[in-house]
Amino acid sequence: MKALLIRDLKLAMRAGGGFGLGLAFFLIVTVLIPFSVGPQSALLATIAPGGLWLGALLACLLSLDRLLALDWEDGTLDLLATAPLPLESVVTIKALAHWLTTGLPLVLIAPALGVLLSLPAPGYFWLVISLLVGTPALSVIGTFGAALTVGLKRGGLLLSLLVLPLYVPTLIFGAEVARRGATGMEATTPLLLLAGITAGVTALLPFASAAVLRVNLR
Amino acid sequence: MIPDLGKYAVTVLSSYGASLVLLALLVAVTLWRGRKVRADMAELENRLKTKANRDG
Amino acid sequence: MSLWEYANPKKFLTTSERVLPVFWWLSGACIVIGLIWGFFFTPDDYRQGSTVKIIYLHVPSALMAINAWLMMLVASLIWLIRRHHVSALAARAAAPVGATMTVIALVTGAIWGQPMWGTWWAWDPRLTSFLILFLFYLGYIALWSAIEDPDTAADLTSVLCLVGSVFAILSRYAVNFWNQGLHQGASVMRAGAITGTDTEEKVSNIFFFPLMVCMVGFVLLFIALVLYRTGTEIRARRIRALMARERMAA
Repeated sequence: MKALLIRDLKLAMRAGGGFGLGLAFFLIVTVLIPFSVGPQSALLATIAPGGLWLGALLACLLSLDRLLALDWEDGTLDLLATAPLPLESVVTIKALAHWLTTGLPLVLIAPALGVLLSLPAPGYFWLVISLLVGTPALSVIGTFGAALTVGLKRGGLLLSLLVLPLYVPTLIFGAEVARRGATGMEATTPLLLLAGITAGVTALLPFASAAVLRVNLR
Repeated sequence: MIPDLGKYAVTVLSSYGASLVLLALLVAVTLWRGRKVRADMAELENRLKTKANRDG
Repeated sequence: MSLWEYANPKKFLTTSERVLPVFWWLSGACIVIGLIWGFFFTPDDYRQGSTVKIIYLHVPSALMAINAWLMMLVASLIWLIRRHHVSALAARAAAPVGATMTVIALVTGAIWGQPMWGTWWAWDPRLTSFLILFLFYLGYIALWSAIEDPDTAADLTSVLCLVGSVFAILSRYAVNFWNQGLHQGASVMRAGAITGTDTEEKVSNIFFFPLMVCMVGFVLLFIALVLYRTGTEIRARRIRALMARERMAA
């Protein structure tokens, strides 16, 4: 398992892995938000938590189609399916690798981008916490979507259509935490619900992803 | 004998219109595709039968 | 005689062909009677005026939008557990019907909301969850049409339907948490008890009977459409199989 994780991380770090792509995308989306709504900092401050969450979500989505596609093309997935390691663990590791290479960097640069959107001072802590708790769910759900569409030639657009509705609960609770935190309201309730979603999908969704992957590998 | 719908006439009539159009479209598309597939099926089975007779 | 006999495509086709006219005519009759009754012979509501007549389309379509998804869920489960092709194809056949019902519910709701709440659209929990339901329908239909192999498509869409159901319910609660909203609660079924104690929230009997007829009509229409479309799917699949065999023989 560890070997697989390290391998995935190494592959992602390489030039073709698209490691920095998600970060660059997140940065660009954040820069574009003021252009689209105007430079008033009061307005930016109100939409900053939601805007940052949406940007992070889209950045996660961007790298999903590479999550399994590369291993599918060169036959690694067939090997992994016959390996003694259960496929459920494989998809969990894949999701973890995706989170470490996409989700975690997003969490780390989010405060810097918060400055650009004049996020109010109490918001930084909650923004980072909510992203830290919420982005693993995005990776796990995304892995399910990637497993569904892995056999398709032009799966990218379909992947977004399938995954985005599944992101709704995570986005609602995550952005709610960040928004309440930024306005100084009590934010532990949505945070707990967000953590509940992350724990729930991490525990259950790998079974669905593995089942779907088995169908696609047959 | 259209009943007096008062100031909401446009609202009520347009929602009835929109829904009935959508329902009609759904039924029409369903029947159209169904007819086509049924015709294709009949044609194919005919062809296979004559072929089987000829070969047999 | 068990229910599973109808899992045989031939048996399904002959039986559905026999009962389909009954469903078509009954559903047509119910919808026409219900709508005419509701449109011409019910009084205006004292608060909502004549817009209350929209209820005869709005509520049945909303009901079927959800029931269609439930039916797809059950059909997907049957496919995953018992591998009856008819079941998978029935789920496929129901999806566009459910999506259309969702659109009707949303459109009539928007038109109704305009004079009542002063806006076409509000990010109210019920409206929002219907919009999300519509997105789920779109994804489901898109996945079906994207995959070549019918058995793979059936498997993948069934799992998507299961996972989607869980997430649809999660979204419903999340949306509730997020915004409290304008929409009144589902008051029809409480009125359905017809207890006679007429509180304000309930739909009163005058409106209730034609509404009931409309709901029955929509249910029957849904059954007729799904039976017919399932028959179409079965035939389309058989055509593919026959053509493939023909090519192999040639």
